[in-house]
Amino acid sequence: MTQPVLYARGLNKRYGKVTALDNCDFDLMPGEILAVIGDNGAGKTSLIKVLSGAIQPDSGEMFLEDRQVSFPSPIAARQAGVETVYQTLAMSPALSIADNMFMGRELRKPGFMGSVLRQLDRPAMERIAREKLSDLGLMTIQNINQAVETLSGGQRQGVAVARAAAFGSKVIILDEPTAALGVKESRRVLELIQDVRARGIPIILISHNMPHVFEVADRIHVHRLGRRLCVIDPKDYTMSDAVAFMTGAKAAPLQVDA
Amino acid sequence: MTNPTEAEAGLARRNESIASFEQQITLLSRLQHALHSNPALVPLIVLVLSIVVFGALLGGKFFSSFALTLILQQVAIVGIVGAAQSLVILTAGIDLSVGAIMVLSSVVMGQFTFRLGMPPAVAIACGLVLGTFIGFVNGWLIARVKLPPFIVTLGVWQIALASNFLYSGNETIRAQEIETQAPLLQFFGQSFSVAGAVFTYGVIAFIAIVLVLAYVLRHTAWGRHVYAVGDDAEAAKLAGVNTRAVLISVYMLSGLICAFAGWVLIGRIGSVSPTSGQTANIESITAVVIGGISLFGGRGSIMGMLFGALIVGVFSLGLRLLGADAQWTYLLIGVLIIAAVAVDQWIRKVSA
Repeated sequence: MTQPVLYARGLNKRYGKVTALDNCDFDLMPGEILAVIGDNGAGKTSLIKVLSGAIQPDSGEMFLEDRQVSFPSPIAARQAGVETVYQTLAMSPALSIADNMFMGRELRKPGFMGSVLRQLDRPAMERIAREKLSDLGLMTIQNINQAVETLSGGQRQGVAVARAAAFGSKVIILDEPTAALGVKESRRVLELIQDVRARGIPIILISHNMPHVFEVADRIHVHRLGRRLCVIDPKDYTMSDAVAFMTGAKAAPLQVDA
Repeated sequence: MTNPTEAEAGLARRNESIASFEQQITLLSRLQHALHSNPALVPLIVLVLSIVVFGALLGGKFFSSFALTLILQQVAIVGIVGAAQSLVILTAGIDLSVGAIMVLSSVVMGQFTFRLGMPPAVAIACGLVLGTFIGFVNGWLIARVKLPPFIVTLGVWQIALASNFLYSGNETIRAQEIETQAPLLQFFGQSFSVAGAVFTYGVIAFIAIVLVLAYVLRHTAWGRHVYAVGDDAEAAKLAGVNTRAVLISVYMLSGLICAFAGWVLIGRIGSVSPTSGQTANIESITAVVIGGISLFGGRGSIMGMLFGALIVGVFSLGLRLLGADAQWTYLLIGVLIIAAVAVDQWIRKVSA
């Protein structure tokens, strides 16, 4: 059996008397789309925040490509190759698409202009941003220098996904990517997710939208009461089964191997 | 593998041309977009218009190279302080202590020279270091202790101003003394003229500071981070910007520029006076706002502040030459401030 790219064992996180993560395990296989579903308050947000470095677990271990890792900050997670597309997208609305794609990892001009005057290499950043967007079929955006706030919701999501996919990452976490979008834009984003997977990058998808989850996910991690209840194959179960596991209406299937 | 749901089957023959939604491209919306990408355009237009109007009313008296460069000399101090204020306001902050830092630094430069007998160059360096340090205190309290910029700088304003009076003993160092013993302190008051146009070194410094900052804000990563922090600090942090370091460095640079303005101030008024420059903070905020920099952060350009400061200068000189009561200047500037913020709000709606 292949090794998981990213896995975690025995994660715990408590907030006072509330247990958000209760000895939680997690596995992400290479090249897959793993959906994480769970009822509100099940702790899936805490799990994702631990994986993306936004919070630190009280105990437990995480492994990325078989090396033990810990992420004290989102920046540390990103440097290790775990890119997160937050629900809020984390973009600066007044800045351009190119500025946003390179925020925090700008390219400088070579030579004197870059090393002494610290001038940004705008042409290179714009060229790369344009390439990355066209790779993902997002070039309905005409002007790479237009402000992000002038884009539609789907286009913004597209830019955020392209930013995550652009920087040689090992894992991409998408938090509710279709929650704020219309039917047509959701479809585009789902196609985009499949495009990213086709390039071999595994994706963790957090979503409340069961049709979307069942359409794109290879496996579904059902989170309940702060731990992994089961991992199911969307081909073997129906959406109502998944909702029943999630809410405790139905006992979880026995897992042979997680 | 993909099993689009029934609802989405309706998308099979969807119209892909999402970008070409119908929108009437009126002249007004085009103007709105132009202003959105060039926020300094409004103050530039206002500046040109006011020069044309006063020129038409006053003729050669106003349109002389002497009068026009006089405006530059009069706005140089406010403009330099305004450059510091612009940086802070771009991060969605505000710096009420700019004027107090300027005066305190100029007093330190003067007193260290005359009371402690330091060489002027060393005293000036001490003043610059002090300004930077006060800026660091501002930045540290805002970025680390997470106090609101308004409160922090309100407090530091009072502290710096009181220290200024306590330390100087409310005593002015006269211009003749400085001229004979430490002319370096008055360096920025020296001028040269080109065909009737009189430039002081203070004016040159003002323009240079604005141009350097315009470059830094537009063409360096730090500059882009200043905008990102002001636009949405949380987003900038998640995108990998060290927001604390950006904020602290912005307030430090603001303090340094204000201390530098203190040096220029000695040149402008000749003496070192603890009571000078009291209105610099309000005037600098005025220049920034008229210059189209958004008080909510992340939008605007420092060139706009330059135009904003010049608009104020053109109004005050123009009205004075017309023989109007000085209060008319304040009245019109009040109108301009409100109009500038209204235009800012309108530009922000461009995406809606």
